Amino acid sequence: MTVMTLAGAINAGLRAALAADPKTMLMGEDIGALGGVYRVTDGLQAEFGPRRVMDTPLAESGILGTAVGLGYRGYRPVVEIQFDGFIFPAFDQIVSQVSRTHARTNGVVSLPITIRVPFGGGIGSAEHHSESPEAYFAHTPGLRVVSPSTPQDAFTMIQQAIASNDPVLFFEPKRRYHVKGEVDVDRPLADAAPMGGANVVVTGSDVTLLAYGPLVATAMDAATAARAEGISIEVIDLRSLAPLDLDTLAASVQKTGRLVVTHEAPGFGGLGAEIVASLTERCFEYLEHAPVRVTGFDVPYPPAKLERHYLPDLDRIMDGVDRALGRVGAEAGAAS
Amino acid sequence: MIQTPLSAERADQDAASRTAVGAVADAATQADADEQASLARLVSTSGERLPNAELDPWVAELDAAAIAELYQDMAVIRRLDAEGTALQRQGEIGLWPPLLGQEASQIGSARALRGDDFVFATYRDMGVAWARGVRPSDLNRVWRGATASGWNPYEVNMAPLQVIIGAQTLHATGYALGIQNDGADAVALTYLGDGASSQGDVNEALIFAASYQAPVVFFCQNNHWAISEPVGLQAHRPIADRAPGFGIPSMRVDGNDVLAVLAATRLAVERARTGGGPSFIEAVTYRMGPHTTADDPRKYRDPADLEIWAPRDPLARIEALLRGLGAFTREFEQQVADAADTAAAAVRAETIAIAQPAAHELFEHIYAEPHSGLARQRAEYLRYLAQFEEPTESGQPSTDGGAR
Repeated sequence: MTVMTLAGAINAGLRAALAADPKTMLMGEDIGALGGVYRVTDGLQAEFGPRRVMDTPLAESGILGTAVGLGYRGYRPVVEIQFDGFIFPAFDQIVSQVSRTHARTNGVVSLPITIRVPFGGGIGSAEHHSESPEAYFAHTPGLRVVSPSTPQDAFTMIQQAIASNDPVLFFEPKRRYHVKGEVDVDRPLADAAPMGGANVVVTGSDVTLLAYGPLVATAMDAATAARAEGISIEVIDLRSLAPLDLDTLAASVQKTGRLVVTHEAPGFGGLGAEIVASLTERCFEYLEHAPVRVTGFDVPYPPAKLERHYLPDLDRIMDGVDRALGRVGAEAGAAS
Repeated sequence: MIQTPLSAERADQDAASRTAVGAVADAATQADADEQASLARLVSTSGERLPNAELDPWVAELDAAAIAELYQDMAVIRRLDAEGTALQRQGEIGLWPPLLGQEASQIGSARALRGDDFVFATYRDMGVAWARGVRPSDLNRVWRGATASGWNPYEVNMAPLQVIIGAQTLHATGYALGIQNDGADAVALTYLGDGASSQGDVNEALIFAASYQAPVVFFCQNNHWAISEPVGLQAHRPIADRAPGFGIPSMRVDGNDVLAVLAATRLAVERARTGGGPSFIEAVTYRMGPHTTADDPRKYRDPADLEIWAPRDPLARIEALLRGLGAFTREFEQQVADAADTAAAAVRAETIAIAQPAAHELFEHIYAEPHSGLARQRAEYLRYLAQFEEPTESGQPSTDGGAR
């Protein structure tokens, strides 16, 4: 076991992927000499050279479009989108090309492109630096969407994403980049849990609380706080946002009868809406209360000094848990 | 029809308006003449071989037989194009984007490539697809609505025809980066139109290509129209003039002159192949037909334009050139007619024979690896469909979806 930050774990995973396959290459803005604005690719260009760790012009559509062509040629591009809010110039290439080239070519051409996106808020950034755009991509057939919450998952899941023959959106919780954890760097990738599966990180019996990426830690804090009040929360880290591991999620809801979903992204049309709908369809007769979403509000990501009102925090998640338990008066603070 | 003015005032107005219209028409005529004068050309509209020091070496080895082959290629794709429109009118395919008028641009450029070069083209480049060796049965699969793309890209080294305007120029540039990484000497060639020159992706592709000196050729068919929008709305100066601003050499050729197009493309391809980086070719041509079979150009285009462009026909000038060489014989004419008939008959027969896809195909190849969400939807839908099926003699439902 090695102790690493989440960012360092991704760096180690990228290094392992580059070493394992000469067709794997990294592309992005400032990822070379600088090592990325978050230093996630630190040292990799020096180790693998400028053709395998390519600094690109400042054009996100250009990065994704050229990655498509490299995919046609048999390459496995790993692209970095510098910040979540900068992904939209590439949206057309991702939605119209990356996601459907495999289908368009009747399965002949695979585009094993990994799109790394530092995402989410809580770091006091300027506008366009704290977005949570994952729902756009989860909605798009042909893409896989994942988000790790721990250094161990970051290390294994980045390698699994690169190894996948499908395009993968890899959402990195940027406010967790510097959180440290133990990483087993020696365990063979084949022995790791698949990237598509959810992970029950706290076992409980009263309420199922679903989170991913930056809010998993907050959800676990909620479970700890609730335990002191005699409430048993089961926390599940989704890990994969598309597809969803509905079997694992449904099993938990069938056990607890109560469901809370939390994410930073706005609630309307978000992942929470899909999860609640899917689980209600599957578990309607098990539910003892209407499912609850605790999400960002339906506003543009706010200026830094308003972030604390926007981001679901421990108190708002606890409030959501109270609502799911049917506690009277616990209404404020939940989105939707 | 002669109209009698209702009043002197009205007559004055009409006279003034005629003068204004006349001035605009004169300006347009002048612009057209200037444009034609600016183009690199090897064959005049009357079939005269014109010298051009830069282009001549690239087609020096072409004898009459080789020129005749180019003519036959153009005649065949013109016939396939007519067949496409006919098939659409007869309801056998849903849509057809005619290439009439652009035969020289498509054949001249496609014939400059090797088999291991790779093409990223657009929906109007069916002539290019044919030249790359796409089977007749595969040409119309998309237009028949049977599949999202007709052919295996790796069998003909050509990507499916791109519908999103300009997107393919980035794919070609990325592919060229891959060629470069591989140390290979292949080239990527991408087709785009005058409308696409306005797209951000095309400009980004030019930047990426220049930055890495990628072995890619940008081949712009300026056919003067982006559906109903004239090229003047996309470009206030020749499109070829933009490329040098990106650090990319460019050339503006007569897109209706198959020899000039072939020579310019060979030059550009060779430059890319030998490490000289990207090039940009603007082939100035004209879309003689509608944008697609769903379009009505009479709503936006002066029919007089067609009269200007008809004498510039790509086939007519090569026919005249070949006649001058004594190579446009009765036998050759018959050979061309037979080749066109054979190709058209094959496309027609094989288009009509394209089967209705089975329901389960809706779910195929969306992902390269198993996907739990889609597997669930597939199973549920095929179960739903199975309810409506008559049991077969064996007592088992014959649902096509159950096959896999």
